[in-house]
Amino acid sequence: MPVADTERSSPMEVTVSGISKQFDRYPALKDVSLKINSGELIALLGPSGSGKTTLLRLIAGLEQPNGGQILFGDEDASQKTVQERNVGFVFQHYALFKHMTVAENIAFGLKVRPAESRPPKAEIRKRVSDLLDMVHLPGLEKRYPNQLSGGQRQRVALARAVAIEPKVLLLDEPFGALDAKVRKELRRWLREFHDRTGHTTVFVTHDQEEALELADRVVVMSQGRIEQVGSADDVYDRPNSPFVFSFIGESSHLPVRIENGAVLFQGQPIGISEPGPDGEGMLFFRPQDVVEVNDGPRLTGKVTASRRLAGARIAELDISDEGAAHHVEIGVPLETRVEIGGELGFRPVHWKIFRNT
Amino acid sequence: MATLDHSNAAAAPRFRDAATEPPGAKFALILIAILFLAFFLALPLVSVFFEAFRKGPEAFWEAISEPDALAAIRLTLLVAVIAVPLNLVFGVAAAWAIAKFEFKGKAFLITLIDLPFSVSPVISGLVFVVLFGTHSVLGPILNSYGIEILFAVPGIVLATVFVTFPFVARELIPLMQEQGSGDEEAALSLGASGWQAFWYVTVPNIRWGLLYGVLLCNARAMGEFGAVSVVSGHIRGVTNTMPLHVEILYNEYNVSAAFAVATLLAGLALVTLGLKTVLELRFGAGNAGGRH
Repeated sequence: MPVADTERSSPMEVTVSGISKQFDRYPALKDVSLKINSGELIALLGPSGSGKTTLLRLIAGLEQPNGGQILFGDEDASQKTVQERNVGFVFQHYALFKHMTVAENIAFGLKVRPAESRPPKAEIRKRVSDLLDMVHLPGLEKRYPNQLSGGQRQRVALARAVAIEPKVLLLDEPFGALDAKVRKELRRWLREFHDRTGHTTVFVTHDQEEALELADRVVVMSQGRIEQVGSADDVYDRPNSPFVFSFIGESSHLPVRIENGAVLFQGQPIGISEPGPDGEGMLFFRPQDVVEVNDGPRLTGKVTASRRLAGARIAELDISDEGAAHHVEIGVPLETRVEIGGELGFRPVHWKIFRNT
Repeated sequence: MATLDHSNAAAAPRFRDAATEPPGAKFALILIAILFLAFFLALPLVSVFFEAFRKGPEAFWEAISEPDALAAIRLTLLVAVIAVPLNLVFGVAAAWAIAKFEFKGKAFLITLIDLPFSVSPVISGLVFVVLFGTHSVLGPILNSYGIEILFAVPGIVLATVFVTFPFVARELIPLMQEQGSGDEEAALSLGASGWQAFWYVTVPNIRWGLLYGVLLCNARAMGEFGAVSVVSGHIRGVTNTMPLHVEILYNEYNVSAAFAVATLLAGLALVTLGLKTVLELRFGAGNAGGRH
């Protein structure tokens, strides 16, 4: 087998259309549609219970949908079993077969093939050693999974999934069980691996940093629905819903009223404007997107805490209302001494208002 | 400060782990455990062997090689050879269903599997008398076809299968539940068929637990007295298993012969325990090493 064949796969486009899934009357996915381009590296990002893992398992065929269709290329995969779909699935805890060596694990998908499509032994051996080179673990054929580190197991699981020349590569929380340093290394490594092999790859994560750094496009999910699909810049800079704004990155929000284009908080103008009709809405802004303002229209609050966050200092403010107390976080210059209990005035420079419907 | 230092110095040599008993209590606890074991476990076992050989090795040999004894040994082995494989299959199937699938009535099924453990073996035997006896519906019908269940080998096998059903299932259910179905899903996603996933992945994962369950099941199958006693009819040389044979000999005041046959059962128990210990060592080591 020429090396090029193991290295480069023919990528496959995946279309999810109108998929819904119900577990015991509790809906896990509600009418979800998504087009995954061939060769794309895509992240399903969301809090636990958002349905991201369910969507991944539906694409794999490990779960059956209650409605909707999944297409691999132009082919309807919905009715196919997991075996027929030929997907490479990397499980959260790797699911390596612990009684088999690394080589036996990687070769498993080839050995269980019916005799007519099973490669000869020598070729399987060659393929296993090529794959181990590819995942940077040469010579580990005879080890057992319990003799490997977490990061090594992860890469063996990936080699095992890729060994069957899958149409799509699916990874469930691929770095979830690893410590922070190994996570970072493997993240970069997976990106390289993807660029080299060109598989259409979908991975699930609850770690936004991971999703934003690694994926071509991020699918933000919440409560069984897709909230937004877009590049890292799209979902961070142009969130399209209150959920995405508060889920991705740090942010604060305040209930505001818009009157004649001016934005009012507790009846007072705060020095920013918003086009459109009068009405109520929710103002969102990020801590670093504010300026300190000491007079004129502004927001003011009492400092309740201040903390150092890497290259920034964050002040927590209490902006009380008659009814409810509001807390916001704003970035202040590092050299500023923030006094607990003191007053601080500010105005957002970048913000977004989601109108109440 | 001075007083504080002083009290600290006095307390220092008396430091002890919170979970460590004083030496006296430790010694007393160990002694109680040893005495208990000696009196309730070692003494009876030793006395069985002592009684068996009291009249010398010739009498012992005669007691276990006379035709009725040999027939009892043969029947016991036959029953075990049928009952254990059946319960191996039933047990794996039941554990598989319970551990890998969600369905209605699962809790009820688990309770049902435990039923043979919770009812008295005598009741278990009586159930088969009710089912297949002369006043039952099934008994006369089967009889008319010349099939004898009660007071014959099939009845003994049925009663044994019933009583020993939980062993394999009970052993496997927690093991399979803990393992989940991740490995099987991985095998399927790699293209394995259901059977391939079962043989190449599930069976190796549960092999030590399975062997352990089979061992316990076998020990009970050979040693079962109550249920078998009810359905057997105690026909010498025909429907007597080893435990029943021991009882008959004992009731006939043939004490040393009774104990001679009993040593075979006791020996079986010892072999089972020995194998179980070996398995637990392997089982434990395999488990500890196999954690992902």
